[in-house]
Amino acid sequence: MMELDQDSWWMVGMSFLVALPCALLGVFLILRRMSLVGDAISHSALPGIVVAFAFVGDLSSPWLLVGAALAGLLVTFLIEQIHRHTRIKQDSAIGIAFTSLFALGLILIRVIIGDKVHLHQDMVLEGNLQHVAYAETVGVMGLDVPDSLIPAAVVAAGTVILMIIFYRVLTLSSFDSGLAASFGYKPAVVHYGMMAVISVVVVSAFEAVGAILVIALLILPGATAYLCTHRLKLLLVLSVLHALVSSVMGMYFSVWLNGKESAGVVVAGTGLFVLAWMFGPADGVVIKAVQRRNRKLDEV
Amino acid sequence: MIALETHDLTVTYHKRPVLYGVDVEVEAGSLVGIIGPNGAGKSTLIKSIMGVVPHSGGWVKVFGKPLADNLHRVGYVPQRESVDWDFPVTVMDVALMGTYGKLGLFGRVGKRERMIASEALDKVGMLPYSKRQIGNLSGGQQQRVFLARALAQDSDLYFMDEPFAGVDAATESAIIELLKEMRECGKTVLVVHHDLQTAREYFDHLLLLNMRLVAYGKTDEMYTTELLQKTYGGRLTILDEVAERAAKTPEAKHEI
Ligand SMILES: Nc1ncnc2c1ncn2[C@@H]1O[C@H](COP(=O)(O)OP(=O)(O)OP(=O)(O)O)[C@@H](O)[C@H]1O
Ligand SMILES: [Mg+2]
Repeated sequence: MMELDQDSWWMVGMSFLVALPCALLGVFLILRRMSLVGDAISHSALPGIVVAFAFVGDLSSPWLLVGAALAGLLVTFLIEQIHRHTRIKQDSAIGIAFTSLFALGLILIRVIIGDKVHLHQDMVLEGNLQHVAYAETVGVMGLDVPDSLIPAAVVAAGTVILMIIFYRVLTLSSFDSGLAASFGYKPAVVHYGMMAVISVVVVSAFEAVGAILVIALLILPGATAYLCTHRLKLLLVLSVLHALVSSVMGMYFSVWLNGKESAGVVVAGTGLFVLAWMFGPADGVVIKAVQRRNRKLDEV
Repeated sequence: MIALETHDLTVTYHKRPVLYGVDVEVEAGSLVGIIGPNGAGKSTLIKSIMGVVPHSGGWVKVFGKPLADNLHRVGYVPQRESVDWDFPVTVMDVALMGTYGKLGLFGRVGKRERMIASEALDKVGMLPYSKRQIGNLSGGQQQRVFLARALAQDSDLYFMDEPFAGVDAATESAIIELLKEMRECGKTVLVVHHDLQTAREYFDHLLLLNMRLVAYGKTDEMYTTELLQKTYGGRLTILDEVAERAAKTPEAKHEI
């Protein structure tokens, strides 16, 4: 049996703290048929980061997160405006809005940052969990915790709390926005509120897993859980379990194959998805085949 | 008492008006059929009264007050196709949603709410299915669940968008019995309906709509050729022809 060293366990912790809020929000993205919006938010963060950098001139400033989160909100606003006020459907609107913001970001990098600062490409695309290993530590309840874990923990806890408070509102407005609106839950407020939280979550996951892999963290847990159950509460629990298991498995993978940790987590998560696809108790291939056979036997 | 009053209610989608100046007063305790051709704006009328789509002109009063002040007294049953029936919730969960309006933003679902929801499900004969995922129901059963949710809202004024769409005759008569029972309890119910034949038996008042209010009044007074022509335009005769041809087809098959 392979052993994980302490640094690896911190990376597992970081990965889980990042994956947990993504998993919870992703469930509702899937239910609202807006999975691609996560994609849009993560890509449009780039111009937000660059513009914020132009103001503060420091790549480690928390203002970069604020800029990125605002860019995420801007892209969802653009998407809404395009598909609401024209005949263009939401998927096309997403395609237009985020690629143009991403392109703008690429240009702004040159114009604003130039060659002075090296904005790592791998940070933007795939992130790096190893930051945790090199981070300063702070004492929390007698443990030396890497300091980059703290903001991730705050974001994760905040998301969980918001989710518990607004569970009912979020569920009803996702299922039946008409009835929700007639109860006075403003659909636009719910929509942008959720997008704002997703923007913050996605951006705070950047350093760990980057802009591409975070999309997997948003969608894989919910999709896997959806194949296993048709109960919303259980679905949320299973998606968190998915986040946890893939964080641990991913680290073993990457130690075993000497590969990149963040990619290992996503590959592990995909493995779980494939398992659920085949053997999921609610919608898996096997159970469907059995049901079909039973129905045929019934008919005979 | 007036349950619902609209004045000059006007709705536009993308600058294109779909409802013009609807003026109507509905007495409390009426069972009203909203009748009109496809695209007449029936759903839009309900949605704008409920504040689900904004109106560009006019106002709505519910029991003498602006809707916002009486929101908890109004229940809404959207068209069945307007929601995703694969959504991972059970029959009980949907019925419970009816109680959310009175719970406010932060109230928690408790025993009382479960009782209300169970009673409502029982009334429509869906209690035995309460643990089922809603995707595994027939169309008629889904409609009943929607109705149970409306009952759980315990409102005084209801708007229902095509509750009879896609249900069989048995379910249809069960639903209409329930609506009549609600009327007996003093509730006011407005129902979008498509069948002119049955509308006559079901409703005490009819609201004829075709982008404008054509007429509103006692059911018997609405069945004049002039009003129906105005509502359906020239299309009513076409519909008749279609019906006639459909009726003839089986015989034609016999001859071959
Ligand atoms: N969200 C929307 N955006 C733009 N136009 C809309 C929208 N909803 C409805 N319309 C238009 O408004 C008009 C009225 O639609 P509405 O759904 O109210 O008709 P309806 O009487 O309920 O028809 P049906 O019998 O088919 O349900 C139609 O011409 C429709 O195309
Ligand atoms: Mg309609």
